[in-house]
Amino acid sequence: MSDELKPDELLDKIDHTPSGGDWMDSTVQIRPGMYCYAAKPESVQTLGLPNARAWNPVEDDWKLPENWQEIIHNGIKERLERFRTFKIFMDICVRCGACADKCHFFLGTGDPKNMPVLRAELLRSVYRNDFTAAARLLKFLPGGDRLAGGRPMTLDVLKEWWYYFFQCTECRRCSVFCPYGIDTAEITIMGRELLNLLGLNIDWIATPVSNCYQTGNHLGIQPHAFKDMLEFFTEDIEEITGVNVEPQFNKKGADILFITPSGDVFADPGTYTCQGYLILFKYLKDKYGLDVTWSTYASEGGNFGFFTSHETMKRLNAKMYAEARRLGVKWILGGECGHMWRVIHQYMDTMNGPADFLEEPVNPITGTKFENAKSTKMVHITEFTADLIKHGKLELDKSRNANRIMTFHDSCNPSRGMGLLEEPRYVIKNVCDNFFEMPENTIREQTFCCGSGAGLNAGENIELRMAGGLPRANAVKYVHEKFGVNTLGTICAIDRAALSTLMEYWVPEVEVYGIHELVGNALILPGEHEREMDLRMEPLPGKEDEDE
Amino acid sequence: MNQKYMLPLAGVFLLFLLAYAGVEGAGLQWFFGIVIPYLAVIAFIWGFVNRVMGWAASAVPFRIPTTCGQQKSLPWIKQNCIDNPDKASGVFIRMLLEIFLFRSLFRNTKAAFNRNEKNKLTYSWEIFLWVGALAFHYAFLVVIVRHLRFFLEPVPACLTFLEFMDGIVQIGLPGIFISGIVLLFAALFLLARRIFDAKVSYISLAADYFPLFLIIGIAVTGIAMRYFTKVDIVGIKEFTMGLVTFHPVIPAGVGGLFYAHVFMVSLLFAYFPMSKLMHMGGIFLSPTRNMANNTRAKRHVNPWNYAVDVHTYEHYEDHFREKMIEAGLPVDKKE
Repeated sequence: MSDELKPDELLDKIDHTPSGGDWMDSTVQIRPGMYCYAAKPESVQTLGLPNARAWNPVEDDWKLPENWQEIIHNGIKERLERFRTFKIFMDICVRCGACADKCHFFLGTGDPKNMPVLRAELLRSVYRNDFTAAARLLKFLPGGDRLAGGRPMTLDVLKEWWYYFFQCTECRRCSVFCPYGIDTAEITIMGRELLNLLGLNIDWIATPVSNCYQTGNHLGIQPHAFKDMLEFFTEDIEEITGVNVEPQFNKKGADILFITPSGDVFADPGTYTCQGYLILFKYLKDKYGLDVTWSTYASEGGNFGFFTSHETMKRLNAKMYAEARRLGVKWILGGECGHMWRVIHQYMDTMNGPADFLEEPVNPITGTKFENAKSTKMVHITEFTADLIKHGKLELDKSRNANRIMTFHDSCNPSRGMGLLEEPRYVIKNVCDNFFEMPENTIREQTFCCGSGAGLNAGENIELRMAGGLPRANAVKYVHEKFGVNTLGTICAIDRAALSTLMEYWVPEVEVYGIHELVGNALILPGEHEREMDLRMEPLPGKEDEDE
Repeated sequence: MNQKYMLPLAGVFLLFLLAYAGVEGAGLQWFFGIVIPYLAVIAFIWGFVNRVMGWAASAVPFRIPTTCGQQKSLPWIKQNCIDNPDKASGVFIRMLLEIFLFRSLFRNTKAAFNRNEKNKLTYSWEIFLWVGALAFHYAFLVVIVRHLRFFLEPVPACLTFLEFMDGIVQIGLPGIFISGIVLLFAALFLLARRIFDAKVSYISLAADYFPLFLIIGIAVTGIAMRYFTKVDIVGIKEFTMGLVTFHPVIPAGVGGLFYAHVFMVSLLFAYFPMSKLMHMGGIFLSPTRNMANNTRAKRHVNPWNYAVDVHTYEHYEDHFREKMIEAGLPVDKKE
């Protein structure tokens, strides 16, 4: 386990040169530290998903249905008809290898099956065997299936799928470099859908999905507790600023419904980002009368259904529009989150729209029309805040973040599934003076994943996570050593949790901040007393001595 | 020996011998020169159309372009209109760059550990694959277009011009066509990469080597005929014109090498639709590249979108009503 494995030892182990043999001949070894525990049956049952039962990935018997091969075969067939992406990506890869060293998991583990091309080939080999003319022709020759690059669907193949499709964070970095745009995320999504047909989910995905369905959020925070938690933040903020920010819940007729990942309500350092939101909304209410409500029913921005199946994603996402309609708000504002924004940006309107009961989003304070969100009617908080800052609507004291030497981690989904690159940078530069970019091969559309996305942020797979996060950490370390960077800004709740652990392991001098935590620190609330502390209750720059 | 490339190599060699011996030994000119080419062309067209229709028949349920630049958002933020297009015009340019210049491949980098300096990962621009791929494809294109002179009478002026440009480096007689040489060397480079780069070698299948050997075989036989054995061009033109006018003839004095060349070209055509070579058609349809990133502005419709079970607010409130009332949260029904 990597608990005992020192960073340098992990690094020395990595070898990017695969050695010998045919990859189809090597069977999978499910290794502790690299896999997540199996889904609990009760979590699978909540949504009525197939084959709920207790099982253990390291045991031989996975308790599969009798006809599991048939289920997989039919599942592939159905998806080939439903998704042109899947069909084309199965057919046209030339195995040029351009994607091979673009994957953070390959770079961090050196396991050749983590090369995106090979991850896809795990599925492609079965597709070729079952669905292509070449395989049908060559089957008549001895060894012909191998010649066609095919292999039959066996239990070993299934286990290999499971192991490696839960070693992909669907970050899409490989698809940037693929000459045909083959997107491994899409293939992993299909792979996981197929696995879910047999009840082969991991618990770190299945249980949040079940919680989200029943309780409204991944963590299963019940309505009264959700309110309690935000009120707890309110007390902290009052202590820091002297202002009671008074969050509103489930308020009918509010202007805007705000939805953010529940991780920000629950776990540090996301909680500070959450406090940043509360401060911003209070400011906008007092200054401009903007009425923002939180919802306890739609209290989850994230969507682990996305990591289960398209259908599950839709079932969880439906709450956003349903709640916006029930409350009669004008439009929806979304907090800082990665995959949440991929779902909202590329899927939500298609799945659960049209949102004709909402208004085309306009910022009532600046008059800006969010043209890019006029159909889906959901605006990203950094788009919203950047617009406010651009129009001079926020009074900001940058000096409160003067001790933060920043760099910014582009989260995979907003960068490669949306293109939200400048908005967060604009906000950062307006609330903090010290900003340094990481090397260009590691940011924007080429950004490296935190290594824990797509539902892999569990505890038991820590070695995988630390290895997968290596390229990101390596780039942070570079700017830390070169510019003295001590703060890694992100706009993703998974990042805030995952990168904190990652930094602790690789670059312990760097802390992780959400962008709206910095906004919360810098924003001067009407009627606030002179602040001594930042949101982490640590002395503000220049106030350190007065403490003593 | 690695079976993955030895088998395809042996296969291509045997196929060459088959045609060569078939013509030289058994006098099967009509079979390798007429029957096989017609069948190959039919297989190619039928297979290609089928494959593309198959792809087109699959739905595009979601708009999921891979975005490689700044989105269109606030008016004062400069959008990257090509790498993150929100309009058809941007998509068009993105596709042109992708199809004609292999833009994504141009970005290619090579990651490596710098073992001396505290195990730092570094990335360098890796241009060779792009250069090799571009050289290969364009040389192949020129070679194919040049060969149209065998199928057209009179030969159009543009073809003569292309030939002139291709032969502009005049060394010896007959003049050297750059395209043929580039094609051969680019194919050899791609092959060497497959064999000697450990990662690429590991992922390569027999199906990756086979077309490479076939193309190398085609290039070698073509070059041999032009520069070394000096085939009877007039006779060949008579033969090819016969094929396109559907009045096939077998000219006298054209040897086995030519038929082996034609046979391998035919095999490439027939093999094309059932192989990875279909990337030629697939690239046009790849949804991560050929769609605009405007999903939030313009609703995309999923043709098979179906209704699903959801946990409604009413269920939720029924479940938590007492706790909500107690916490002072608003509820729709008091009891």
